[in-house]
Amino acid sequence: MIQLFTRDIGLAVRSGGGFGLALIFFLIVVVLIPFALGPDQSTLALVAPGVLWLGALLACLLSLDRIFGLDYEDGSLDLLATSPLPLESVYIAKAAAHWLTTGLPLALAAPLLGILLNLSFESGKVLCFSLLLGTPALSLIGAFGATLTLGVKRGGLLLSLLVLPLYVPTLIFGAQAVHSASLGQTFDIPLVLILAISLGAAAILPFASGVALRVNLR
Amino acid sequence: MLKVSNLSVVRGGISLLQDVTFEVQAGQALVLRGPNGIGKTSLLRCISGLQTPTSGEISAPESVAYAAHADGLKGQLSVLENLKFWADIYGGRGPEAALVAYDLEDLAQRPTANLSAGQKRRLGLARMLVTGCALWVMDEPTVSLDAQNVTKFCTVLQAHLQAGGGAVLTTHIDLELSAESLDLTGNIATAQISSSAFEEALE
Repeated sequence: MIQLFTRDIGLAVRSGGGFGLALIFFLIVVVLIPFALGPDQSTLALVAPGVLWLGALLACLLSLDRIFGLDYEDGSLDLLATSPLPLESVYIAKAAAHWLTTGLPLALAAPLLGILLNLSFESGKVLCFSLLLGTPALSLIGAFGATLTLGVKRGGLLLSLLVLPLYVPTLIFGAQAVHSASLGQTFDIPLVLILAISLGAAAILPFASGVALRVNLR
Repeated sequence: MLKVSNLSVVRGGISLLQDVTFEVQAGQALVLRGPNGIGKTSLLRCISGLQTPTSGEISAPESVAYAAHADGLKGQLSVLENLKFWADIYGGRGPEAALVAYDLEDLAQRPTANLSAGQKRRLGLARMLVTGCALWVMDEPTVSLDAQNVTKFCTVLQAHLQAGGGAVLTTHIDLELSAESLDLTGNIATAQISSSAFEEALE
């Protein structure tokens, strides 16, 4: 399982692996927002929490179909399924690798990009923290969606439609936490709820994904 | 080692094989023959546990080394890295012996994307060695190999059988191999062949 995790990270970082794609997409969205909304700093500060969370979420969505798609196409997934490694572990290793190469960089870059939207340093810290807690849920739910759409040609559209509704609670609580922080209110309850979503996803989805993989590999 | 009894397979709503029965002992190889689309691949996928048969029973080892049409190699990784990965996943033997067996030492550091089709297939076959699994299930292993490497493959397979392993494979060419073969032609509800019958035929 560790070997699969490290292999996936290695593949993501090497050429053609798609590492940085999410980060660049996130940067583009955030840079373009002031052009679309105008330079009024109070407006930007008002929309910043929502825009930053939405940007991170959409950036995360970009690489979801690669999680299992590439291994399915070159036959590795069949071979992994016949190996002693349980498919649940394959899912955990792949979701974890996706988080490390997508979610974690997004969370760390978000406070810096927040500066472009006039987000205060204090709120930036909360944004980073909420993304650190919330992006695991995005990776886990997204990887689960990828197991469901495995084998569907050009399944990216279907995958997005399946996954986006499941992302909504994380988005609401994430943006809420940063918004409360920027207004100087308490933000611990939305953070706890995000953590709950991540932990719940980590507890349930490996088993659901294992079943989905077995059915789709048939 | 492998026992298949009264197996029926349906794929995509089409009934492929019915009542296939055979057995593979340690040290034996079984070659499946038959025209395209008869269900050879589906049978192999059932044995590997990827597909569930509609009826019948399969008793196979928990993990088998399965080689499909796709080799499951990562183009960005080197030959050695690909083998190491699979050796780690199976907790099997180191990749050195497998490299030597298929003459891949000189290519060890080459990115797999730069290999020819035949070289990739050799790497895919070398993967079987690092798994350390007793049962090899191979779907047309000799595709895109030249004559010399087909002989090499037969030597490696023979050594695997002598070490107490077993193998089920499909092929459309004649291999220099002492193996039974099971012809699935005209199988639909007729063929019910056990390998022991073939042993008698060979004797």
